[in-house]
Amino acid sequence: MPRLNRDRILAVAVLTPSVAAVGIFVYGFIGWTVYVSLSQWNSFVPDLSFAGLQNYGTLFATVRFQADLRNTLIFTVTFLAACLLIGFLLAVLLDQRVRGESLFRNIFLFPMAISFIVTGTAWQWLLNPSTGVNLLFESLGLGALRSPWYTEPRTAIFSVVLAATWQLSGFTMAMYLAGLRGIPEELMEAARMDGASEWQLYRHVIVPLLHPVTLSAVIVLGHISLKIFDLVFAMTGSGPAFSTDVPGVFMFETTFRGNRFAEGAGIAVIMLALVAVLIVPYLWYGTRTAAEA
Amino acid sequence: MAQQAAIPAIATVAPARPRPRWVRLVVYATLTLFALFYLLPVYVLMINGLKSFQEVSLSRMWVLPSSFSLDSFAKAYGKLAPNFANSVRLVIPATLVTALLGSVNGYILAKWKFRGADLLFPLLLFGMFIPYQSVLIPLVQFLQRAGDALGLSLYGTIPGLALVHIVYGIPITTLIFRNYYASVPTELIEAGRIDGAGLAGIYRHVVLPLSLPAFVVVLIWQFTAVWNEFLFAVVITNNPAQQPITVALQNLAGSQIVEWNVQMAGALLAALPTLLVYVFLGRYFLRGLLAGALKG
Repeated sequence: MPRLNRDRILAVAVLTPSVAAVGIFVYGFIGWTVYVSLSQWNSFVPDLSFAGLQNYGTLFATVRFQADLRNTLIFTVTFLAACLLIGFLLAVLLDQRVRGESLFRNIFLFPMAISFIVTGTAWQWLLNPSTGVNLLFESLGLGALRSPWYTEPRTAIFSVVLAATWQLSGFTMAMYLAGLRGIPEELMEAARMDGASEWQLYRHVIVPLLHPVTLSAVIVLGHISLKIFDLVFAMTGSGPAFSTDVPGVFMFETTFRGNRFAEGAGIAVIMLALVAVLIVPYLWYGTRTAAEA
Repeated sequence: MAQQAAIPAIATVAPARPRPRWVRLVVYATLTLFALFYLLPVYVLMINGLKSFQEVSLSRMWVLPSSFSLDSFAKAYGKLAPNFANSVRLVIPATLVTALLGSVNGYILAKWKFRGADLLFPLLLFGMFIPYQSVLIPLVQFLQRAGDALGLSLYGTIPGLALVHIVYGIPITTLIFRNYYASVPTELIEAGRIDGAGLAGIYRHVVLPLSLPAFVVVLIWQFTAVWNEFLFAVVITNNPAQQPITVALQNLAGSQIVEWNVQMAGALLAALPTLLVYVFLGRYFLRGLLAGALKG
C-alpha cells in the first residue's frame, strides 16, 4: 500500500478514540439528558416513561426557576458590562507607557488563576454586612458606602457580580491590551495627522478596530456567566428569596439533593440552549472564515 | 518567531505620546486604586490566616496581627492535607494524558486534513463550551455501570474523576495545539516526507521537538482548570476521603464549627499551587489564556 494512503488511515485511526469519546460524552450524553428531561423520572427510582413537555411546564411555572432566569439575565448583562468597561479602561491606561506595567498587569490578572470556590469564600467574608468592607468603610470615614450586600434580596445578585468581576475583569484587560498592542502605530499617527483628537482617535479608530476582541470577550465571559455555578454555590447559595439563585445551583439541588432527575435534566437542557444561542453562530462563523482564509 | 505566532503575546512597545503631568497622575492613581481592589481579598485572607486563635475576632478583621502565628494554617492543613493529595493525584494524569491527546489530534487536524475535518473541528470545539450540567446525569450512570462492568470503581473515585477531566479536556487542548501547529511551515512537513518519514515519523522527529511552547501553555491551562474545578468533583466524589481540595474547602467553609480564620487559611492553601504556577510561569499562562480565548 502506498505510504500516503497508509498515513491517511493512520490519521483517522489516531483521531478515532478522541472523536469517539467526545461523541459519546458530549453528544450522546446530551441526547440522553434530553430524553431524561422528557420522562417521569422524578424520584430515586428511575422511571423513563414518556412525560412529554410536562417537566418544562412545571419548571417555567416555578417561582424559583423564574427567578433563576431573571437572575441569569441581570447577572450576564451587568457582569459583561462591568468586565468590558473595566477591562478596556485598564488596558488603555496600561498602554500609556506606564512604569511598572508588568507589575500592574500581574496584579490585575492573578484572580484568574484562582478557583471560583476560593473567590466565593473570600468575598462571602468581605461582603458580610457586619464585618468585611463595611467595617473598613467606617474606619476610613466612608460610612455612607455601607451596604447590606448579599443580604438584601433586591440587590443581592450584584454582590455576586462584584466577585465575578473581580475574578475576570483582569482577563478582559489582557485581551484588550493584546488587541491595542496589535494596532499599527502608523494608523494612529495617520489619524493624528488628519487632526483627530485623542477622543476621536479612540471613538472612531481604536474601538472599531477592537471589535473582534470585544466579540471574543463577550463569547468567553458570556458562556461563563450563563452556566455560572461554583461562585454562587460557595458565596451565597440561593440567597434570600432566591435572589442569587441561578439555573446551575437549581439543577444541582434538584437532581443530586432532591432526586428529581427529569426536572434537573430539563434545567440542564435549558442552560444548554442558552449557551448554544451564544456559541453556535460564533463557532459556525469562526470556522467558516478560518477555512476561507 | 514564526512558531510563536499562534500564541499571541503582549508586545512591550507602547505608543509615544507626551502627556501633561496631571494626566499621568490620574493614570497612576486609577491603576493603583484598581490594584488595591484586586489585592483586597488576598490581603484579608492572609492577615487573618496569620492571626493566632486569641487574636481572631470579626470586629478586628482589618487589624494586622500583632504577631505571626501559623496556627490556623497548620490546622487548615491538618484538615485539608488528604484532599490536597487527592487533587495532586487527580491533576497529574488529567493534565498529562489530555496534553498528549491534544498534541496528536492537533497535529492531524492541522497537517493531515481529510474530508470532513472542517465539520469535525467545530463539533469537537462545541464540547468545551457546553454547560456540564447537560451531561451530568448520564455521566454518573455511565461511571457506575462501566465501573461495575469492568470491575473498577470509577464513580466516587479520583481515577474516575481523572477520566472525566481527560475526556472533557480534549476539545480545548486539541484547539490550542491545532492553532499552534497551523503556524509550523508546511515545507518542514514536506521535507520530512521527502526524507521518507510518514505521519508518525514526522510527528516524532519534526513536530514534537518544536512543541515545547505549546505543551507549556496546555499543561498550565489544564493544571489550573482541573485543580480549580468543582462541579464534576462534587457530583462524582461523594465520599469525603476521595474528594479533591475544592470540594473539601467548600465543606470547610460551609461549616459552623470551624473557626473562620482556619477557613481563610484553607482558602489560601487551596489557591496556593495555581498561584505559584501563576507567579513563576505567568507569562506562559497569559499566552495560554489568550490562545484559548482569541483563537476560538
